Amino acid sequence: MQMSGAQMVCEAIIAEGIKTVFGYPGGAIMHVYDEIYKQDGFEHILTRHEQAAVHAADGYARATGEVGVAMVTSGPGFTNAVTGLATAYMDSIPMVVISGQVPLSLIGTDGFQEIDAVGISRPCTKHNFLVRSLEELPRILKEAFYLARSGRPGPILVDIPKDITVEVGEFDYPESVNIPSYKPTYKGNARQIEKAVDAIKKAKKPLLYIGGGVVLSNAYELVRQLAEKTQIPVVETLMARGVMGAKNPLLLGMLGMHGNYASNMAMSETDLVISLGARFDDRVTGKLSEFAKYADIIHVDIDPANIAKLVDVDYPIVGDVTQVLEKMIPLLDGVNPDRYQAWREILKRYDELHPQAYVDSDEVIKPQWVIERLGELVGEDAIITSDVGQHQMWAAQHYPFDRPRQWINSGGLGTMGFGFPAAIGAKKAYPEKTVINITGDGSILMNMQELVTAAEYKIPVINVILNNHFLGMVRQWQTFFYEKRYSETDLTFQPNWKALAEACGGIGYDVTTKEEFDAALEDAIKQDKVCFMNVAVNRFENVLPMVPAGGALFNMMLPPKIEKDGEEK
Amino acid sequence: MAKSTDERRVISVVVMNESSVLARVTALFAGRGYNIESLTVAPIPESDMSHITIETKGNAKVMEQITKQLHKLIPVYKVIEHEEMVEKEMVLIKFPIAENLSDIAALAAAYNGGIVNVGKEMVVAQVADEPKRVKHFIEAAQRYNPCEIVRGGVVAIER
Ligand SMILES: Cc1ncc(C[n+]2csc(CCOP(=O)(O)OP(=O)(O)O)c2C)c(N)n1
Repeated sequence: MQMSGAQMVCEAIIAEGIKTVFGYPGGAIMHVYDEIYKQDGFEHILTRHEQAAVHAADGYARATGEVGVAMVTSGPGFTNAVTGLATAYMDSIPMVVISGQVPLSLIGTDGFQEIDAVGISRPCTKHNFLVRSLEELPRILKEAFYLARSGRPGPILVDIPKDITVEVGEFDYPESVNIPSYKPTYKGNARQIEKAVDAIKKAKKPLLYIGGGVVLSNAYELVRQLAEKTQIPVVETLMARGVMGAKNPLLLGMLGMHGNYASNMAMSETDLVISLGARFDDRVTGKLSEFAKYADIIHVDIDPANIAKLVDVDYPIVGDVTQVLEKMIPLLDGVNPDRYQAWREILKRYDELHPQAYVDSDEVIKPQWVIERLGELVGEDAIITSDVGQHQMWAAQHYPFDRPRQWINSGGLGTMGFGFPAAIGAKKAYPEKTVINITGDGSILMNMQELVTAAEYKIPVINVILNNHFLGMVRQWQTFFYEKRYSETDLTFQPNWKALAEACGGIGYDVTTKEEFDAALEDAIKQDKVCFMNVAVNRFENVLPMVPAGGALFNMMLPPKIEKDGEEK
Repeated sequence: MAKSTDERRVISVVVMNESSVLARVTALFAGRGYNIESLTVAPIPESDMSHITIETKGNAKVMEQITKQLHKLIPVYKVIEHEEMVEKEMVLIKFPIAENLSDIAALAAAYNGGIVNVGKEMVVAQVADEPKRVKHFIEAAQRYNPCEIVRGGVVAIER
């Protein structure tokens, strides 16, 4: 069929089954927006900033497992999108970003709103394309979606010069792709899997180490099966929260810099790490030479470059976690779960010794209380997004995540400003679910303009601001490592949160007591409008346990057992 | 475990011939802090691919990451970390015409080369040989006051 480049873009999005696109128009992409106006195959959400459009597409992708799509114009539109691309890249999120570019004849002339998008985005995309002719546009669009979702997923940029979007030509959307140089390995090597199974059968203190790759591969049922069958204890990374389910007795919790005592001790004492879709991030390992020092390591990852990048691996298995576990689990038929009984008991004692606990207060709201209360009130039903800081860690530690894709946050890049737009994306994907962004008084301001988007499109996201009048996480490091010199982290000056929300078409709540919190949450759910819940929490609360950067996992700063509130700890 | 030390290595990368593919390869080295000693690239005849030869330095672990990361680039078809290879490099050296031309010609001939151009003021000699021998040739040429030296970078092929 004959059509313009702009129409081809829309047709490809429809053919890929995408229901919602987030974006922001401008000169170079206007022809595409003109086609968006005419079509009704997908909905377009106008965010108020390109960064938010990309984060929203990202939130949509993380919530659904589908490809998220965002659209931006050339120059400043594209540069605003870069943080979103980098965020998705670091967490391997399937995404296609379409950017307008100046006409072919102007490329390289420093034309108005020209920027080398392909050059800038090279290190933060899985792959990118500058379209050079209309003929190659359908193929490139097909490849973009395919690359985004296959192998180790990631964001793909398609940069389209304006003249190509008006040009008319034949649209023949390919059914399949053929990229001879791109052949991801899905099926782990059978011999290696057998060897790994033997190692599991011989181990005395094995530990399952679960990462975000399990979520990306939708392998959580299999992971639960594997743990159930073998009764091997489990630690989750920040990105894997929810995989095992909060109530699973085999789950020790999160490990790493803010992991709990039992999880970090388990990693320090285990004799066999079974790593599934985890990449040994430095926030997880702490000091590498002390990490899992007594253990052999089985490492399952779809990306060969991840394997043995940081630690020496004894059983490397390149493949998709789902396909590897499908082969591995039946081979474990002979394993006797009693074998690891003594090990489980040691870990249980560790957990009793230093549980993931905090000291509550009646005078001031503790941030951990807010998270636990949210868990009690909306628990399994809600999707939780977060920004970056202390609130993110408290959410990861204390919220009873019960299923994967319930917890959406920027792990690899740690992007403040991610949570709110990501929540908008998740809520578009699941309008029937309560979507709560747990955020800080610093982070929320980084994309607060999205109040307007959420109000206009009636996307009732609840922003719970754990307001400590600080850039809390930085303040915490200043407390511990800079002798309390609170350089540029004091946020005593604050906007009027309630008025701010209302000015943008939402609603606001100021919460200073536990009763007010319950009432505000109930009302927010009933009102069904985008809102800010400004919750005044204890200013000097610290996230504990904490492994100081570069320290060994077993050297944790632990929470005080009995403690008065206030600064002096 | 044996202590791994930085060694000179030569890698061939076969890539799909598409726009900015060389930029992707070199950006990977720059972005990850790997070092490029020399780089040559040309299309492979009768194909839609190009052959990039990279001379680099690193220990075994770094080399493993380099090859794996190169492999991850979508247009990269093949990465060969050479062990048994024939390698050659070319160099052009310009000398003042007043130097002893027959000595220079004899020296270049000893390294698989010769004088390839004689001008009014300058003479140009060319040598194509193993990189180590090219280095020796450049050292030996110093006494004839070379005024410009251009090395071509390594090309390699498995034996
Ligand atoms: C875009 C961006 N800028 C800076 C940082 C560094 N940073 C990490 S946590 C943090 C403080 C966050 O403060 P707030 O949102 O109030 O959350 P809190 O830690 O108080 O819960 C900062 C500045 C970051 N992660 N992202």
